[in-house]
Amino acid sequence: MSTITTSDALATYVIRHADDNVVLGQRLAEYISRAPELEEDLAVGNIALDHIGVADHLFTYVAKITDDGRSGDDFAMLRSEREYTNLLLVEQRHGGFDDLMARQFLFDAYQLPFWEALSASTDETVAGIAQRAAKEAKYHLRHSSMWIVRLGDGTAESHGRIQASIDRLWRFTAEMFEADDLDREMAASGLGIDPSTLRSAWESTVDAVLEEATLVRPADTFQTSGGRSGMHTEYLGRMLADMQWLPRAHPGLTW
Amino acid sequence: MTAVVSEVDRARVLLERVVDPDLPFLSIADIAILRDVAVSDEGAVTVTITPTYSGCPAMDTIREDVHSVLAEGGFGEVEVKTVYAPAWTTEWMSEDAKRKLARNSIAPPDSVLAVVPEVLCPLCSSESVNTVSEFGSTACKSIMVCTECGEPFDYFKAI
Repeated sequence: MSTITTSDALATYVIRHADDNVVLGQRLAEYISRAPELEEDLAVGNIALDHIGVADHLFTYVAKITDDGRSGDDFAMLRSEREYTNLLLVEQRHGGFDDLMARQFLFDAYQLPFWEALSASTDETVAGIAQRAAKEAKYHLRHSSMWIVRLGDGTAESHGRIQASIDRLWRFTAEMFEADDLDREMAASGLGIDPSTLRSAWESTVDAVLEEATLVRPADTFQTSGGRSGMHTEYLGRMLADMQWLPRAHPGLTW
Repeated sequence: MTAVVSEVDRARVLLERVVDPDLPFLSIADIAILRDVAVSDEGAVTVTITPTYSGCPAMDTIREDVHSVLAEGGFGEVEVKTVYAPAWTTEWMSEDAKRKLARNSIAPPDSVLAVVPEVLCPLCSSESVNTVSEFGSTACKSIMVCTECGEPFDYFKAI
């Protein structure tokens, strides 16, 4: 059997994870100046920067693999909604801090074991970026877990709101562990990992934090997916319009 | 051969002038962002750096500064190579760099293996300090406060 791990497949795989990070980074950046306290504004800004930084490293690598004249920034700024392959969870908009933290926590609990597993990639660059990101993801997860506990085990108002946010976002969680042909191909070649193997680590983190937060794990219900094939919820297009208008209106603009 | 070696030394001396813009008392060698310097027989310099945090905005400035100090020093051809693996860690920082941090009122990183990092107030050396937030003014620092002298200060996170 011939291994068909072409550079195209690797690029498609790396783009997915760059997309997750740039979209979540942009979502967090939208919130800067709205956090409940100054320290939290700094935290949201720092975490956004980590995600955008990871996306930047991954997109730069994609540009190197594809070598078709596009820069890393072109991948972030000049692809449209249907070309984006991020998870639906990260593109969900936030009404308030409760939604933002619920989204972050559900993603952090997946992202930490994801980067830890990807640190063993046979691709040196991917492994290096993953090792770096895993260290940062530990801080992110600790931070979002702290907030879930603080809000869940807080007042009746904060408890009710964070529970409602987790309930609302729950239907986007199964998608994180769906493996398609590309995931399986990447896992088989050692370049990537099979996301379904991360589910148990995610569940044990989520269950432990929800319990400490006196929150209830939502019942397994209807789940939505499609992000990896470019089928998004209505929110991504608007977010990208806001993120991309400047480089699209002024092509080649630099800082 | 001797000439090549001294060119590496000369490049390293020039690179001492490249500092972390967020910590201007530390050179990129002090903070261990600088991983390697090589000079080819033709005089082309390759500078290898490893980024600290994924989103550290100082990295772009550092790359530009590497180019300009080496150009000023007469090196015509300069390449800055970014290497991700192994990932940067505070374990690589020299003791001298840690002393410089403390002198500038930033508590230096403890060992990454410490379960509870030992942090001393950089102003009064008290051990009784609290973490205000693990995310501070830059990606690499958290905000702490000394319960003894009451001063808030930055702690360089062990990572």
